[in-house]
Amino acid sequence: MSNIPADLRYTASHEWIKNENDLVVIGLTDFAQSSLGDIVFIELPEEGDAVTMGESFADVESVKAVSGVFSPVSGTVAAVNSALIDNPAMLNEDPYGAWLIKVSDVTETGELLDGAGYEAVCKSEEA
Amino acid sequence: MEQKTPLYDVHVAEGGKIVPFAGYLLPVQYPSGVIKEHMAVRQAAGLFDVSHMGEILFTGPTALDTLNHLLTNDFTDMPVGKVRYSVMCNDKGGVIDDLVIYKFGEEEYLAVVNAANRHKDYAHMAANVLPGTKAEDISDSVAQLALQGPAAPAILGKLVPEDNLPKKYYTAVRDVDVRGMKCMISRTGYTGELGYEIYTAPENAAELWKLLRETGEEFGLIPCGLGARDTLRLEAAMPLYGHEMDETVTPLEAGLSFGVKMGKADFIGKAALVEAGDPARVRVGLEITGRGIAREHQDVFIGEEKIGATTSGTHCPAVGKALAMALVNVAHSAPGTEVEVDIRGRRVSATIVPLPFYHR
Repeated sequence: MSNIPADLRYTASHEWIKNENDLVVIGLTDFAQSSLGDIVFIELPEEGDAVTMGESFADVESVKAVSGVFSPVSGTVAAVNSALIDNPAMLNEDPYGAWLIKVSDVTETGELLDGAGYEAVCKSEEA
Repeated sequence: MEQKTPLYDVHVAEGGKIVPFAGYLLPVQYPSGVIKEHMAVRQAAGLFDVSHMGEILFTGPTALDTLNHLLTNDFTDMPVGKVRYSVMCNDKGGVIDDLVIYKFGEEEYLAVVNAANRHKDYAHMAANVLPGTKAEDISDSVAQLALQGPAAPAILGKLVPEDNLPKKYYTAVRDVDVRGMKCMISRTGYTGELGYEIYTAPENAAELWKLLRETGEEFGLIPCGLGARDTLRLEAAMPLYGHEMDETVTPLEAGLSFGVKMGKADFIGKAALVEAGDPARVRVGLEITGRGIAREHQDVFIGEEKIGATTSGTHCPAVGKALAMALVNVAHSAPGTEVEVDIRGRRVSATIVPLPFYHR
């Protein structure tokens, strides 16, 4: 069973979200990294880029597959975890430490799940 | 509904992530993950369940003539105990499947075919056998394990006297006793590494798996799934049916001319291959030099000219690069040619490189 920290919020498309001062921090869940397998490449936006709620802002690739990462908010990219570009395996090793981007000036936020709600999503996909 | 191989319960117990593949439920990876599984085969050993492969037995006084008629390679001078790769073409010269032939005797040969093509192949074979040949699909009575990697001979050497192991690549020894289990041991594989494919009865499969796992442990053997099988074969530039070739691609385009004997009297597809002449497109290797990973079915460009498309691609762990194979216009196929691959709308630079990417 994958790790789902209770203090984070989640999307049904397997991103985790937390607030950090005025910023929204977005990452990939343990379930997502486990489903993808060994992650070998990530394409990230740049600081200052706009992200749009429900749209893909990054590509994550494992040896097996490529997957988009969907933004749960609209806003502006304030910070990018560029360490992931050289070491994408951090997404497998520490999914809740290896954040992807931080977003400022958030104008809208999509539907978020709590830990229990997200666990139900994972269970339904595993079945 | 997918079929289970005789090792299905073993895969679940080993923690394999089960996916449907070619009509079978098979592990795409085990808990180690694709990269560790890939590297185990390059550096130590890996164990694969390849029981999904199809087996068709040809017997009878005209079996040799039937194979020479059905297949592109020439089996005339083939010694008993030898294994030979071949392509099976349709009458347009397109590839119905690629396969290997084992010679068991002057009137007995075994074809091992891709699981996804098993029924199509058998239908084509049965419709085209010569009088005096019987073709029989025996796939469900054969299990196959692949033991691959530099430690494979040492592992099998603990279980079987050395004299009973095939010494040369593409040879096989039948009726080898492995702790009471009757096996055929074939020095073949789909990884670009030294190794064996071991054929046995389905009822032996779980016990043989356990025996090889236990014997291999001290050598670093781990179980490997379909994910590693694909990255290993790609790194070794071995073609995969449905990717590098299909019924719209000729074996000459796919770079398989070594298995096509145009000097042979006749075979199905020969006339079409003769008429087509030198291929206009060929299979090449691509090393992705920009940022990105090319996958299958992505267009390849020089400037605005589309010169072809990728057939397979991924990140290859032992070489440590994003690599792909592609079918491209022969005029732009020279190693060193700079190209671009359209990766989901983004042009990423790549260079045509010689195949294989990896050589042990």
